[in-house]
Amino acid sequence: MASADSLSCQEVVELVTEYLENTLISEMHERFEQHIADCPGCTNYVRQVRLTIDMLHQLAQEPAFPGTKQELLQFFRNWKKGSGFC
Amino acid sequence: MSERTDQPENPFGVTTGQRTALTNLAGPGIYAEDVHLIELLRTGNEAAFESLVDCHSVALLRLAKVFVTTQALAEEVVQETWMAVLVGLSRFEGRSSLKTWIFRILTNHAKTRAQREGRSIPFSSLPNVDTDINEPAVDPDRFLPADHQWSGHWISFPLDWREMPEERLLSQETRACIDRAIEALLPGQREVIILRDIEGWTADETCSLLGISAVNQRVLLHRARSKVRGALEKYFEKA
Repeated sequence: MASADSLSCQEVVELVTEYLENTLISEMHERFEQHIADCPGCTNYVRQVRLTIDMLHQLAQEPAFPGTKQELLQFFRNWKKGSGFC
Repeated sequence: MSERTDQPENPFGVTTGQRTALTNLAGPGIYAEDVHLIELLRTGNEAAFESLVDCHSVALLRLAKVFVTTQALAEEVVQETWMAVLVGLSRFEGRSSLKTWIFRILTNHAKTRAQREGRSIPFSSLPNVDTDINEPAVDPDRFLPADHQWSGHWISFPLDWREMPEERLLSQETRACIDRAIEALLPGQREVIILRDIEGWTADETCSLLGISAVNQRVLLHRARSKVRGALEKYFEKA
């Protein structure tokens, strides 16, 4: 049974980013974890958010940078010639 | 007026990276992890420049697309950014990390381009502006109503995505769904989720580049992640 100071699921979903960022004050952090321990729905919700973050990170190297690199390297060689190195 | 400046004051307290106490050729203020690379660049080491370009161009391109409408324009902005990096390198004083400096050049160029294109500057360039500040992370209809004994608890639980086949999670279609969800975000939310979750920047690095507070960064990240999760949930339910 939910006690007066326990969080609702609707509150938990608004706190999940602060929880994952580790910026909840310790009392709130504990209440959050207590809720998760008893609530399969919110356990899944937090897992979904973590998986979303993992999936986002997998996008990091796509798409490859298009073929303008050669131009840049040519610019670099000209820059090198013109800039009088120390 | 935006509070952002081209060179945010960042003299000592910045948390990204450690400054070197050693005197070095790169300059006394340069972050320790940047010293070697900057020396290589300043002495014209092409391989060092090429690896820097390879390391950051995809992320730069992704960020440029927040501001300009076409892929071609975004590519031009990235190209201009690298040229500006080389031209400005001799004046780089290390008030931020090299990475942050490069990305700041990109956002400045991209915003200038966007203005020339006739696009208004995204919300994100104004600190603390988030137009959908009260938007819930999850549709309120998913929770039991206020008059219910279990008010605010799930009507039906979110699914355990680990029970889905892994191919599904990693499919091209799933990636396309994420891309669409990101494109639909407000510009400030897009910037933050790109830097934090796609590129893996720290909160401090992200705040430093975007010139926003830690709280604002977290709010933008929360909205962005919630929307992308919601889009994925809808997409997984459909099939």
